[in-house]
Amino acid sequence: MPFIPHTEAEIQAMLEVIGVTDIEQLFDEIPAQLRSGELEGIPETASEMQVAREVQAFAEQDSGALNFIGAGAYEHHIPAAVWQLVSRGEFYSAYTPYQAEASQGTLQVIYEYQSMMTGLTGMDVSNASLYDGASSLAEAVLMAVRANRKSKSKKILMPTSVHPAYRATTDAIVRNQKIELVEVAVDPQSGRVDPATLSQWDGEDIAALVIPQPNFFGVLEEVDALTDWAEKNAVLSIAVVNPLTLGLLKSPGEWGNGGVDIVCGDGQPLGAPLSSGGPYYGLLCCKQKHVRQMPGRIVGRTIDADDKPGFVLTLQAREQHIRRSKATSNICTNQGLVVTASTIHMALLGPKGLKEVASHCYANTHQLTDKLKPMGATPLFSGEYFHEVVFDLKQPAEPVLEKMADQGVLGGYALGRDFPELKNAILVCATETKTENDLQQFVDALKRAKN
Amino acid sequence: MVIFEHSKTGRAATAQMPQDSVKIDLPARFLRESDVGLPELSEMQVVRHYTQLSQKNFSIDTQFYPLGSCTMKYNPRACNSLAMLPGLVDRHPLAPDKYSQGFLQIMYELQEMLMEVTGMQAVSLSPMAGAQGEFAGVAMIRAYHDTQGDAARTEILVPDAAHGTNPATAIMCGYKVREIPTDDQGDVDMTALREAVGPQTAGIMLTNPSTLGVFERKVAEIAGIIHEAGGLLYYDGANLNAILGKVKPGDMGFDVIHMNLHKTFSTPHGGGGPGSGAIGVSGRLLPFRPIPVVEKTGERYHWLTEKELPQSIGRLSAFAGNAGVLLRAYVYMRMLGREGMHRVADFATLNANYLMKRLEQAGFELAFPERRATHEFIVTLKKQAKDYGVTAKDFAKRLLDFNFHAPTTYFPLLVPECLLIEPTETESKEELDGFVEAMICILSEAGNDPEKVTGAPWTQPNRRFDEVKAARELDLKWTSGE
Repeated sequence: MPFIPHTEAEIQAMLEVIGVTDIEQLFDEIPAQLRSGELEGIPETASEMQVAREVQAFAEQDSGALNFIGAGAYEHHIPAAVWQLVSRGEFYSAYTPYQAEASQGTLQVIYEYQSMMTGLTGMDVSNASLYDGASSLAEAVLMAVRANRKSKSKKILMPTSVHPAYRATTDAIVRNQKIELVEVAVDPQSGRVDPATLSQWDGEDIAALVIPQPNFFGVLEEVDALTDWAEKNAVLSIAVVNPLTLGLLKSPGEWGNGGVDIVCGDGQPLGAPLSSGGPYYGLLCCKQKHVRQMPGRIVGRTIDADDKPGFVLTLQAREQHIRRSKATSNICTNQGLVVTASTIHMALLGPKGLKEVASHCYANTHQLTDKLKPMGATPLFSGEYFHEVVFDLKQPAEPVLEKMADQGVLGGYALGRDFPELKNAILVCATETKTENDLQQFVDALKRAKN
Repeated sequence: MVIFEHSKTGRAATAQMPQDSVKIDLPARFLRESDVGLPELSEMQVVRHYTQLSQKNFSIDTQFYPLGSCTMKYNPRACNSLAMLPGLVDRHPLAPDKYSQGFLQIMYELQEMLMEVTGMQAVSLSPMAGAQGEFAGVAMIRAYHDTQGDAARTEILVPDAAHGTNPATAIMCGYKVREIPTDDQGDVDMTALREAVGPQTAGIMLTNPSTLGVFERKVAEIAGIIHEAGGLLYYDGANLNAILGKVKPGDMGFDVIHMNLHKTFSTPHGGGGPGSGAIGVSGRLLPFRPIPVVEKTGERYHWLTEKELPQSIGRLSAFAGNAGVLLRAYVYMRMLGREGMHRVADFATLNANYLMKRLEQAGFELAFPERRATHEFIVTLKKQAKDYGVTAKDFAKRLLDFNFHAPTTYFPLLVPECLLIEPTETESKEELDGFVEAMICILSEAGNDPEKVTGAPWTQPNRRFDEVKAARELDLKWTSGE
């Protein structure tokens, strides 16, 4: 019996203790008319060897392409040590650290994660993670509405340069609480929000402004001006960041005069494989004054009965298992194992490694732009960009990408799917994993596909 | 020591970074001047530090972990190694069709298997944890009533024994919560239910078996009452392990359910996630499923999005949920197969009833002695608390010294000094017997040497913590100079 250790003799002995003659009797409280357990649609039991063979065939079917798609999920080198350590049973098969004395491993990892993430973002406090970047934005919006006591409007300014799936997710999660997401248009020349456009909301009752950096088009926003506008108008500011870029880019804690209020984003670029979209994790950091509005678990350091330092879950009075209907969120489980991977990943990179990786991502994407210039494929937007760039192909993008895929090159993301006016445009990302030869393959594949 | 205390300026794991130097050509206003706040370490230091930290954890791979309502069963290793195969782990979520058919076929087959075990009409895999599955479910109930133009339904009913996520979810969906009491046999109080139901009822959130470790016997009657009043039924799948292959939520009358794949289908708990809260729906909620969903047309697998499902409650993640967790669940379900799935509930229930009986014989008081255990059951230590001043928390901490993880304590809230014990099907009789011996020993200590129990644990990396200090003098990150 797969994964069940009982011998026939043991089963009999156990039934005897219980005082029944067979296992079936243990289900006698289920009304007979509900009993319908037949599972004809489930395949028969397969051995590990059989399943492995099938799954390997599926995996091979999807392998082998050279990937230049980013759009919220980024290919990076992950040190071998990361997932080998994470796959240790003591991390992999533990539960939420409810018994702190027997969970110091997990708790200390989270404390170290919180320390690293607050350092990276320049914020005071980090939680232990949320599900992913998109849902972290939704939670950041809910948090801002609670935290901005001066605002009654429940209005959020949401630039269209924020990842479309993040906007859709946020809408799905906050809609029923009567929160309104007000679109802020992007300047079509620069590909970012012109800070002057915010003046139309000067003095209005707005709960928060969302500021992506880099934005969905890879373009860098004028974060200082946007943050300062928010502060001046008693609007809370929410940064949506790719944490990997913070090896080079100014941290949200340093934007404008006083830094942002809340930072969210997806931690995937720091140690999580692409894995078809998950599991990743959502990061959430804030200023100290907002800590009691923060959703999710938080670990704190304290002392034990012998005055020895150690770690516990703290501020639990915010959470659903204590506060029930008055909790800050319904979140319970987070993305613990991926956060463990990310903490180890950050420890291995260190400040130098993070800066080097971020720099190479930047450099490779800019080098690709240079290589494409002779073909007449130039960046659509004039704004400075980081490691993703939009090219105008001057012909419908989807068929070109299909032809590139036929040559084994995933050439980018077709922006027409979310922005009908950009149907000729692709969003391309070249991370540190790409070599000179890889970039040339992209150029050659694009040339052939365009003709 | 925290990792930062191993840091030395100028040290680096250089094998993990690009070797050549590149030029950055960005205006200064975008660039960082401050320290990034990461430690500087060698690769071996990192490996050693985190290996040593892992050894400070209890886990299923190292200890019996009878944490009630969490289904801490063995996580087969093949699930991990197959989910980490290069073609799967490196696949970009937006990869085109040509590089997606293998992955999509697995997801499609997983949807089909989950439909079969739950008796629901369709499944969406995207919710990333139980609580997000709950959110999706209640949001669908709301979308359904809104579509009918029925704005009067403002209340969700929740039994008082429910998980805290249930009321918190109802609030996130814009509903008011009304609690329904439990009768002395652990079933929903039907008189109170009838009084609470009305035109304001949007639905009820029910866990069955309930969090009290018993099967809700009147579930069909409850479904009748709620449906007659125009409400819908939500099934919290936290305890699905107890009824796999015995009874299907769809047959009990539920309109929407979530499944904790990290419980019933054995994906790892990972120290608190990632989970997966796939949802299943009845026919009337089909149009409202969260996107994306995998569909098969001819021999081709593809996503359904807002174009095909315009009434969907929308997207709950940037891509398609915790795909890697879904892959692990798929491998587990295939290895169990039809026969293995029936055995899950059989042996989870056998183990729970055996353990319950043995503890009762050893002198422990059961919360519901007249009832069968499902996959879990409750012991109440109110007598020990009164007689010896030894609480459920003390028992829990002392169990750690016997190398057993503690059961769930103080949940559900309505049973005083409770231990909610769930052994799961993957534990052997010897392990259960060992746990009983430890409980007997602690019971004797409670009478003879109570400080041994109230002062526990004695053998762990730390003694009991000052949690008040943790909350009052917040220390949430390491700062240099400590």
